[in-house]
Amino acid sequence: MIKVALRGLAGRKLRAVLTGIAIVLGVAMISGTYILTDTVQSAFTNLFTDSYAGTDAVVTGRGLDISIDGEKPPDPPIPASLLGTVRGVDGVALATGTVADEQSTKILADDGSPANAEGWPTLGFGIDTSQKYAQFNPLTLLEGTWPKSREDVVIDAGTVDEQGWKVGDEVQISTLQPKRAFTLVGVAQYGELNSLGGLSFTVFTIPAAQELLGREGQYDAISVAARDGVSEDQLVSAIAPVLPNEAKVVSATQEVQDQTDEVGEFTKFFRYFLLAFAGVALFVGAFVIFNTFSITVAQRTREFATLRTIGASRRQVLGSVILESLVIGLLASLVGLALGVVLAEGIQALFKSLGADFPTADRVFALRTVVVSLAVGVGITLIAGLLPAIRATRVPPIAAVREGATLPRSRFQRFSPWIAGVVVVLALVLLARAMFTDELGTGDRLLSIAGGVLLLFLGVAMLSSILVRPIARLVGLPARSAGGAAGRLASGNAVRNPVRTASTAAALMIGIALVSFIATLTNGMKASNRQAIEDQVVADYVMTASDGYTPFVSAAGDALASSSGIEDVTSVRSDAALVNGSSTGVGGIDPDTIAKAYVFEWNEGDDGALAKLGTTGAVVSANWADDHDVGLGDQLQITSTSGDKATVSVVGTFEPPPFYPLLESVNVSSQLFDSLYERPRNRWTWANVAGDPTAESKRQLESAVVGYPDTQIETREEWIDREDSDFNQFITFLYVMLTLAVFVSVFGMINTLVLAVYERTREIGMLRAIGMTRRQVRRMIRQESVITALIGAAIGLPLGIFLAALVNRALSQFEVSFSIPWGQLVVLTIVAIVIGILAAIMPARRAAKLNPLEAIAYE
Amino acid sequence: MSESVSQNGAVVVARDVMRRYGEGDTAVDALRGVSVEIAPGKATAVMGPSGSGKSTLMHILAGLDKPTSGSVDIEGIEITSLGDNDLTKLRREHIGFVFQFFNLLPMLDARENILLPLTISGEKPDEEWFDQLVKDVGLEERLSHRPAELSGGQQQRVAIARALISRPTVLFADEPTGNLDSTTSQEILELLRRSVEQYGQTIVMVTHDARAAAIANRVLFLADGTIVRELGECDAHTIHSVLDELAAA
Repeated sequence: MIKVALRGLAGRKLRAVLTGIAIVLGVAMISGTYILTDTVQSAFTNLFTDSYAGTDAVVTGRGLDISIDGEKPPDPPIPASLLGTVRGVDGVALATGTVADEQSTKILADDGSPANAEGWPTLGFGIDTSQKYAQFNPLTLLEGTWPKSREDVVIDAGTVDEQGWKVGDEVQISTLQPKRAFTLVGVAQYGELNSLGGLSFTVFTIPAAQELLGREGQYDAISVAARDGVSEDQLVSAIAPVLPNEAKVVSATQEVQDQTDEVGEFTKFFRYFLLAFAGVALFVGAFVIFNTFSITVAQRTREFATLRTIGASRRQVLGSVILESLVIGLLASLVGLALGVVLAEGIQALFKSLGADFPTADRVFALRTVVVSLAVGVGITLIAGLLPAIRATRVPPIAAVREGATLPRSRFQRFSPWIAGVVVVLALVLLARAMFTDELGTGDRLLSIAGGVLLLFLGVAMLSSILVRPIARLVGLPARSAGGAAGRLASGNAVRNPVRTASTAAALMIGIALVSFIATLTNGMKASNRQAIEDQVVADYVMTASDGYTPFVSAAGDALASSSGIEDVTSVRSDAALVNGSSTGVGGIDPDTIAKAYVFEWNEGDDGALAKLGTTGAVVSANWADDHDVGLGDQLQITSTSGDKATVSVVGTFEPPPFYPLLESVNVSSQLFDSLYERPRNRWTWANVAGDPTAESKRQLESAVVGYPDTQIETREEWIDREDSDFNQFITFLYVMLTLAVFVSVFGMINTLVLAVYERTREIGMLRAIGMTRRQVRRMIRQESVITALIGAAIGLPLGIFLAALVNRALSQFEVSFSIPWGQLVVLTIVAIVIGILAAIMPARRAAKLNPLEAIAYE
Repeated sequence: MSESVSQNGAVVVARDVMRRYGEGDTAVDALRGVSVEIAPGKATAVMGPSGSGKSTLMHILAGLDKPTSGSVDIEGIEITSLGDNDLTKLRREHIGFVFQFFNLLPMLDARENILLPLTISGEKPDEEWFDQLVKDVGLEERLSHRPAELSGGQQQRVAIARALISRPTVLFADEPTGNLDSTTSQEILELLRRSVEQYGQTIVMVTHDARAAAIANRVLFLADGTIVRELGECDAHTIHSVLDELAAA
């Protein structure tokens, strides 16, 4: 019996391959995700381990426990005098101070723009590179020498290669100081790592770094090595007592662990994010497999009956079909596992093209990757193949001797609309629970949403066999009226077996639903984003960092004020702080000018409140005030990241648009802000010019800040457009990832068509015999395919819009607007038609090649 | 009119048709030089034991298969050298088929199945001819039924009407009664005979059923790829005895 199953499989290679592809792609996505994230994680782990190879303990500043959206501000610096104290501790063999900044350094390309990719920091180091302290240096010099004078710099190999620089070249670098020229004296890399992704670094002498990065008389960290025989822990306990309160010491092992964990959080999120797309592809693949097995089981009715007449038991028939799915699942999963290596490269290339590269090391191919990929791939194939296998057992032996015997109706078929209904209701309950129950944990909520969407797709797919006829009547209209005989036959063929057409279309429906969901939801978000900006900002121009969101040096804002033709300039400072004990974003605004650029929607108070800010007042967003139970006149204790404290009282509350508030929750005067933070940064600088903004006025503004190349100046309209296009890039990425699932469904369509052509061999032969041309045959198959694809679109589009509406309701606290992107939906419909045409190419060719003789050549 | 049309006005002419399947040692000669002329307005039956080449002959006469050598003319057109599109055109204009297993499209009703050849070629149906045909094959009450709702005999009637709707030069029938019980078979044969008498339809029928062959004006006997005997109009009994004779030889 096993032999029969395997021989049968070998005899239907094309079918097996097309079925297998449904699983291959999903498994490849799983394996690729694991390989990529493991590799990234391992690159970082190696990096951190290497960096601390010669270090036993690290002394740093003790930052406040502030965390906003999971982001922690860097630890504050420590006084340089602490180095002497540490060196004096018993058990310390060697210690050195370093400067390390990740916010303020920018290497400039020859055209004056920042050299590194958007969103990636440049680390600015001040390292003691003398031979004595070489063991603390995480960098390896590849060329030239380490910096000796204040004008020297060493830059990472990646940036140097990319810019085509040579040792001895002049290089422009901006820091907290305006840009200035340095001599490139050497090229280095991080340990053994040849790529750090988009990360770049510069190495200065310690005095230069202290001056450039605002660390006069300070270090960011002190690296310590223990004397022989002193353990890390002993060293830590020896150093701890001599440190002042604002410094702390941790062992190198602990430091590596902490940094690795931090990266681990990111890779974990990233992994689940990518696995979600693998899940979608596999879910679609399950439909395809279920469908293919259902069709082949139906087509092999006579074969099963014959097996039964010669003595095969039901169990053996069941076993043979299950074995077949097991073999397909296993082979496909193995191929997918291997393909994952390629896919990992592909995803990385995709991210690189979006300006986000990852550090790489040798590919990590963990055992876990193999186990999960194979288990999931085989498991899904088995589950999807189970129902058809059970149906195969219901073939009675008598079917062997009947012409045109068909599969007996399944016992459940009668109830299937009811079952589908129950599934849909269950799905809606789960979704409602996820969206509208407040006290649900995030994990629970996500699980509820995922489960709900999954069930919804399943239920709709089951119901869609009822919808196939009416929808086909509608979408088949053009084919019937303009497609001639081929079109009319295609339309009839599409509804011949509604269950089959439904599950073929359902596979595509899932992809289309997800794309239209994203399109609709984000369309509303873009509208809200524009509305939020337009409501808040009345300024002609905005200055931001080049990447559009990281805070930039406040001096750049001051420079803008000196531009000619300027009417008003106002800067908004931004940083993190503890306010009444909780982590909060704190802003600094200029009470005299802010109202010229920013429109406050006052809740309590009015523009007069701004005049009351002084050094003792704050205006607070109404939401924050509610959440923290404060009101007009209440006191706020602010502790900045550097530990400076201030007490202010609330002089006004305002309601920014919840979707995109441009100010922080708590805003004090810039004067107070600058006394709280050593290196104040601007999030925005807004400017008005005399008259309307022109190309000329923009040029003037730009020339005023030419010394701050990490900034950009845009009109309000350009600003909105850029935010839209940044967002579009992310949406495009989502679409690209969903393409995988759509691919799977295309293979499902090809498969169904190939099987249908095979099934209708005699019929197509007859059509040819009575005068149908090859062209007409191809057209008939193609139009059937297009109708199937359009059925998928007709169900998928409304479903996606419905899901978007649901999520939109759940996000009501952010006041996201809801608008249906008709243009994109039309494009999506056209895409569905193209998919239908593409899927039909191969089956249509096979059908057209059929000899009319087949119609009358009997077995 | 080209010279290839024979003097007696035959509509289908086969000259020295040979058909070999396979190559080398395993090659099988299905037809070993068959020449035949099919006269218009007559029914010609082709008989012979299995493997005699009768089906192959019909496939080649109808342009469904190509001879290894020799030529076939239909209405003066040499068909063995035609490309697929020309052959399709030829089938539309000159050829009708009736199959053993009816080969109706399950998703079309009887009317649509009958009109299918015209639908495919994009021609307008001749309503009068359609009504006449439907009446003659006795399907007036069944036009909106789908094949699954029709008996085997009714399905074959639909198939015959479908074959006749385009008034083909020649109708090829391949074991038209092979899948029917004897009573129904008689009705179908009667229908085919009447089409010869009433419409002057030319029919070529392959069969191993002597009663089917008995409706023909001419019966050809094939054995081992050649025509070994030929009879004029005769009864089933005579045909049987010829078959027995051939089997004994």
